[in-house]
Amino acid sequence: MSKYLVDKFLFTIDRDPELVERYRAEPRDTVTWWEAERANTVLNCHTGEASTWLRFTDEEREALAMHDHVKLFELGAHPFLTLTLFIAMFERDHTEPLEYQLAFAARLQHFEMPYPDITT
Amino acid sequence: MATVVAVIASTHHPFFYKASTATGEDRPPFADEWVRKITAFRETLTRANPDVLVMVGSDHFHQLWLDNMPQFLVGKAPFYDANWYNEEREFGMPRMFLKGNEDLSTHLLREGIDRGFDLAFSNELRIDHSITCPIITLRPEADLPIVPIYTNIFAPPMPRPKRFVDLGEAIREIVESWPSHLRVAIIGTGHLSLELGGPRQFGPHGPDPEFDRRAVEWIAGGDLESCLAEVTLDSLHAPGNATHGFMDFMLMMGVAGAGAKADYVDSLDLFHTMEAYFTWYPNGVDAA
Repeated sequence: MSKYLVDKFLFTIDRDPELVERYRAEPRDTVTWWEAERANTVLNCHTGEASTWLRFTDEEREALAMHDHVKLFELGAHPFLTLTLFIAMFERDHTEPLEYQLAFAARLQHFEMPYPDITT
Repeated sequence: MATVVAVIASTHHPFFYKASTATGEDRPPFADEWVRKITAFRETLTRANPDVLVMVGSDHFHQLWLDNMPQFLVGKAPFYDANWYNEEREFGMPRMFLKGNEDLSTHLLREGIDRGFDLAFSNELRIDHSITCPIITLRPEADLPIVPIYTNIFAPPMPRPKRFVDLGEAIREIVESWPSHLRVAIIGTGHLSLELGGPRQFGPHGPDPEFDRRAVEWIAGGDLESCLAEVTLDSLHAPGNATHGFMDFMLMMGVAGAGAKADYVDSLDLFHTMEAYFTWYPNGVDAA
């Protein structure tokens, strides 16, 4: 489990308008590129210092590559990060107010309390 | 010494700005009532005539991230830029710019640390909608200096509810010991029951109206004893997966003081979450 890295992916994609579009259009390629080039970047360093050990599990990589927000919820990705990024990518494809948000919730209806742990 | 002229606790709803400024077909049906309630709430701060605002909120993974996450952080900067690209994108939030009060920041940090709260600090803090929402609702001129205080209600492990209350009580005492003639309002925002990114999100009401009813009762009556007896880190999962934001309301109950009944209480049942607004005047509004 590398919940932290999944959250880091969602966090860094969501906060970059170009990456939001790239991940929407080419999810698998974006995940592959990001894991190779960005996963180990230490975000709070002003130089290019990097970690050496961060990688996704196969399950996490596949969930991200498939835009599978239900699986991400199951894996304990931070739901605020998932929701914010997925609204940015997919709300535009819907016409009614909150249509996307409600469909997002409906796909999660089979989860009961307690929800998957989001502690990193 | 400084005077605490108002203590204000509120929900922070990022859609208010968009709803209140929308016109024609874009204006939601609940906007007019919402604006009326906010306008009345705003008056409770205006009447107190503050000089400085201490603003308690929580960063939503903007500047504070999991590689370096403080539990409590005080901004200490002469200025604060505000709001972020993804808040502009999703909520239409405007970019803002606020003055700081470094002298009060310094005092809060020194005294807070000496009282056993190992407060983090930031000399360059870009604040987000947890603090700009109440600026927009309560002081849209955005003309008063602020001291932002961030709490972690977002990324477990978090401090327990009692720690939030204790910090609130300490903030009140520390502000009242600030050697200044200025009038300070302490404003904090949190949530009632709330679900984000889960199966109960964006319903016709908040995810747990019964929790909301009791929460409003606890806050309005200053009933910290009942609130602390029932609310734990574990129990807050039940009303909705983002309900840990209620701990910022508990912090504000600590600021107001145990048993302190709010002088102003209002709420608005909206889709997704209930809005709630509370104001205390520790010294009475006219004498303040």
